[in-house]
Amino acid sequence: MGRGVSAALPGPVMVAAGCGGTGRELEPFCGPDGLAGLDLATRSITLDARAGGPGPRVVEAPGGLVNAVGLPNPGLEHFLATELPWLVRAGARVFVSIAGATMGEYADLARRLSRAPGVAGLEVNVGAPDEVGGGLFEVREPFHAASVIAAVRREFPADRPVLAKLRPDVSRVVESARACHDAGATAVVIGNSVPAAFPDGRAGGLSGPALAPITLRCVGVVRRSVPAVPVIACGGVHDVASARTYLAAGAVAVQVGTALLHDPTTVARLRVALDPSHDLQEDA
Amino acid sequence: MPEPTGPVHVEGEVVATKRVGAYRHLTLTAPGVPERFRAGNFVAVSVAGHVARRALWIHRVRASSAFGPTLDVVLEARGSGTQWLAAQPVGARVAITGPLGRPFALPKEAVSCLLVGEGYAAAPLFPLAERLRERGCAVSLVVSAPDESRLLSALEARRSARSVTVLTADGSVGQRGSVADHVDDLVRRSDADVVYAAGPTDTLRAAAGAAERAGAWSQVAVETAVPCGTGLCHGCPLPVVGEDGVDRVVRACAEGPVVRGDRVRWDAV
Repeated sequence: MGRGVSAALPGPVMVAAGCGGTGRELEPFCGPDGLAGLDLATRSITLDARAGGPGPRVVEAPGGLVNAVGLPNPGLEHFLATELPWLVRAGARVFVSIAGATMGEYADLARRLSRAPGVAGLEVNVGAPDEVGGGLFEVREPFHAASVIAAVRREFPADRPVLAKLRPDVSRVVESARACHDAGATAVVIGNSVPAAFPDGRAGGLSGPALAPITLRCVGVVRRSVPAVPVIACGGVHDVASARTYLAAGAVAVQVGTALLHDPTTVARLRVALDPSHDLQEDA
Repeated sequence: MPEPTGPVHVEGEVVATKRVGAYRHLTLTAPGVPERFRAGNFVAVSVAGHVARRALWIHRVRASSAFGPTLDVVLEARGSGTQWLAAQPVGARVAITGPLGRPFALPKEAVSCLLVGEGYAAAPLFPLAERLRERGCAVSLVVSAPDESRLLSALEARRSARSVTVLTADGSVGQRGSVADHVDDLVRRSDADVVYAAGPTDTLRAAAGAAERAGAWSQVAVETAVPCGTGLCHGCPLPVVGEDGVDRVVRACAEGPVVRGDRVRWDAV
């Protein structure tokens, strides 16, 4: 659609959904300015509160983590009353990640969040690994994801970005990116965690540095095949070099997720190092 | 000047390392962490080649030493991460985040307190005993372990505690038996108003139950795997009943590790 809203896009560094707590836990590690001006995707918010899944929710794998956290969140009502106002006061540019069981739920979430003060944009979670999303709307096919984006777009102001967070599945990612962009997504986030299993066979998603080569392949193929679609890369970013690799591949921004669990200062360091107003070559 | 608050992420250094029985005691510098410490806090430490952190109880802080302020942690080398940590020599540098988590709540008045700990996880009770004694509380300390090699030394705590009881499951030192076997009796004999517990889930549950039966408050420091330790990942679920009576699942690292014993839904842990 190319509405010329790229100025509203986040970047070059953003906090990935589900890896920034409620924001309060990240603030002590963000330097003197705290969250001010920081692009942050919240954990996924659903209409009703969710307790999340049983433990263990996260286990280590070589080069990453396998997780099945189960989208614990206080529900939209509580989020609007407590977490969002705090994030807005702290000065964060808040991209609310939303997840729903039906298209109607996604539309409700988008409509109510469009009226909430301080929401910079939405990130639509249409890329949860299969079976992990526990009751989320089925988004196995690209046209399912696109239908969700269209439903969200109808309810959310055109001058604010809607990001579609996709699965980093190289065989479908181009089709998904194109369909979601056509449906009104301002940019696509590539991507969510990769479907994986816990040692006991339970379904989960793999995140962390192990994902970087997979994500880079997906980012590259989308940039080449559908160059009109802005791409935000998310997968294994942990230092300046890994972030620059994605930016060099054509991503407009990178999200930092799992790295924050290892070093909560990662996003603050990357913001300084990648600040376009500086021309720093040093590595963090 | 207000006291510094909130955790910091710093590079620390191993300044002493000592094997004591089955455990390894590390003394670390971590600029800003000892200054902010309160009993019940922990630190998250990075381990080479691992994404997740290792959470370690703070056993002791020294406001000053030849190395400046330091903190002591106790660890049991169980997996590749803790083995790596246990093998770090003096001078090794490690990334440390802390102090993390909610500390023990201290009574406003000089009341009678029973402190019950098992294994290395008993560590946070030692600085707690000092704080309680400063407040004029009568402190009774129980240290328990499967065997003598896993018993934290209570020698230094004898200065803070009115009485010290040692329990081992195999009877190798002190009384034979587990916390669950003795805790009701210990609560009664110490006439405890507050029971503080730190250790494995069974120990905490036994202590919380004994406190409730005796009409005492309890505070328990839960021991669970925390992937990040900072509250960012929601990976350490702890089932509790909220103040409003509603069942919730909170983060052991951020809303804990110290919680009221009567708030934990032990059957769901």
